[in-house]
Amino acid sequence: MTPLAAYLLVAALLFAIGLAGALVRRNAILVLIGIELMLNAANLNFIAFWRYSPHPEALTGMMFAIFSIAVAAAEAAVGLALVIAIHRQLHTTDLDQMNRMKG
Amino acid sequence: MFENLDQIFLLLRDWIAGFLPVFLRPLVGTVLGVVGIASVFPALFALTTVFERKGLARMQNRLGPNRVGPFGLLQPIADGVKSLTKEDVVPLSADGVVHFLAPLLLVVAVFMGFAVLPVGRNMVLVDLDCALLFYFAMGASSEVAVFMAGWSSRNKYSLLGAMRAVAQMISYEVVLLLSSVAVVMITGSMSLTRIVAAQNQYSGVLPHWYIFTPWGLAAFAMYAIAGTAETNRSPFDLPEGESELIAGYHTEYSGFKFALFFLGEYLGMFSISGLGVTLFLGGWSAPFSFLGWIPSWIWFFAKVMLSIFVFIWVRGTLPRLRQDQLMNFAWKFVLPFTLFNLLVTALWRFMGDGWLRWAVCSALLAAAYLLMARTGMRREQFTSRSYRYAE
Amino acid sequence: MNFVFWILAMLTLGSGLAAVALKNTVHCALALTGAFAGLAFLFLSLGAQFAGFAEILVYIGAVAILVVFAILLTRGSETPIGSVFSRHWFWGLVAAAAVFAVFGGAVLASVRVLPNVQAAPVAPVQAIGFALVGRYVLPLEILAVLLTAATIGAVIIALHELPQESLPQKEEQ
Repeated sequence: MTPLAAYLLVAALLFAIGLAGALVRRNAILVLIGIELMLNAANLNFIAFWRYSPHPEALTGMMFAIFSIAVAAAEAAVGLALVIAIHRQLHTTDLDQMNRMKG
Repeated sequence: MFENLDQIFLLLRDWIAGFLPVFLRPLVGTVLGVVGIASVFPALFALTTVFERKGLARMQNRLGPNRVGPFGLLQPIADGVKSLTKEDVVPLSADGVVHFLAPLLLVVAVFMGFAVLPVGRNMVLVDLDCALLFYFAMGASSEVAVFMAGWSSRNKYSLLGAMRAVAQMISYEVVLLLSSVAVVMITGSMSLTRIVAAQNQYSGVLPHWYIFTPWGLAAFAMYAIAGTAETNRSPFDLPEGESELIAGYHTEYSGFKFALFFLGEYLGMFSISGLGVTLFLGGWSAPFSFLGWIPSWIWFFAKVMLSIFVFIWVRGTLPRLRQDQLMNFAWKFVLPFTLFNLLVTALWRFMGDGWLRWAVCSALLAAAYLLMARTGMRREQFTSRSYRYAE
Repeated sequence: MNFVFWILAMLTLGSGLAAVALKNTVHCALALTGAFAGLAFLFLSLGAQFAGFAEILVYIGAVAILVVFAILLTRGSETPIGSVFSRHWFWGLVAAAAVFAVFGGAVLASVRVLPNVQAAPVAPVQAIGFALVGRYVLPLEILAVLLTAATIGAVIIALHELPQESLPQKEEQ
């Protein structure tokens, strides 16, 4: 197994763990934690491909990962603001109880 | 002869590594560097604790510790023995693992910052291309440790102190980063060795330190304010204010863990001073070209000790800021001024060399300061019985 | 593969697993911080220094703190009543396992055709800077607009609204 394949498998496993967390947990914030893990796994993929690619001086993978880090930070901020706002209305963060359209 | 004195620690390291086979030499060299950092800075910490207590005492018209040694200089040894032998009380409902890991993480994060500071000519432990980014990444890691300490104690006051400390540290970290970006813009590199090399030039006798330029002075002022806030020092020490929150996030720590927090705070102070000296005060370069024969590491430590003295002086002089005053100050004055300073730095870079850029940049910065500080921060009408700075 | 890689991979995957499986939400957030640290070290082992340090600065220094603040503001640190896993947890696990099977199968099947140049790339910070304002200036500007919009949006969404007292009085008249 080549080094690149090893990194890609680690990234795939981390992605699956994040996906399991987002699907299985009840607390809305833990779903966001799962999403952050998935984004990071994708970043690892990009950097691994950049490292073992034939033209690393083009910096494509590195740039994508940097932009992805910035966008993920923005998305985490907005997502957590939404969770806080919902908690203020419904007094709970349990996703199983957020099944009504009326707020 | 003075060149040898300048490089004496490197020569010592090479001499010790010379006794070993070739493949072990880089490893032993790095380990010796780490041993150097891990022994010099805690020794300075011990000296600074007694320096601070004596200094504060003299400013408050009393004597300070004077029992333990001549002029109280052996006081740190007494403090060390006390903290090692005190009982380590952990509250019953405290979260054991997190409570144990918090001081460890804080001290590790702070020590990592020292790895990229150029202590003397050719004397940097790791010469990274993005050394400044590494330094700020390590600074950011210490915030998580503060939160862990406050939360794991299961104590309302600890949690409150930790939340205040983290909010303050995040706000002022942005200011720290933006002030340093001005230096990176002019030097063209994030590597600290190159920043010092760019300041190690002399026109006539005077050095090219960045603090002697208008944008550098403004950036240094903002950096100093943000650095004081980042290390929770007075006048920004509400999170650990004894009269407010018992002891803030380290209330439930005793014995050696408390000593680790204390060590972490003072080492953070050295670290921020070291970076400020490297970015603005020329690092290890001498103030005048005819003083270049004094070894570079003596200049670095002299400048760092001067900054520590200023920290202690400010602590003894200024009253503590309230949390909302502190946050208002950060977001409404310091941050806009730092952003404006970035614009002025860019203007400095693109105007040619000469007296015009000095005049224009100084005028712009003075106007911005007067506009923002004197008028923008004023909130309400002041009658004869209201105190301006408490509004 | 070498020893360091396996240690880092175990650290990252273990922290990730802890982040989604632990009962106490704050412990999950701290395990997430550990996962971020492990990932940053993996980036460093791949030679991407800028990305690794940016990951520590942004994720551990900002996103982890944000998650912890949100947990504390939504009373998540108290022990939850009932199970922490939702009712249909089994199908979630099945979906995640299926996704991993697809990805893992794709990687292992194409090991021979993946690019695998071994020379370590050099990515000086200056080259990144030139790329950001040269080839990638449009994404940079769009990112700036996005971050501004996200900041303003997050503040407005989470803002504590003042109670509207003037309206009922008007209707009464």
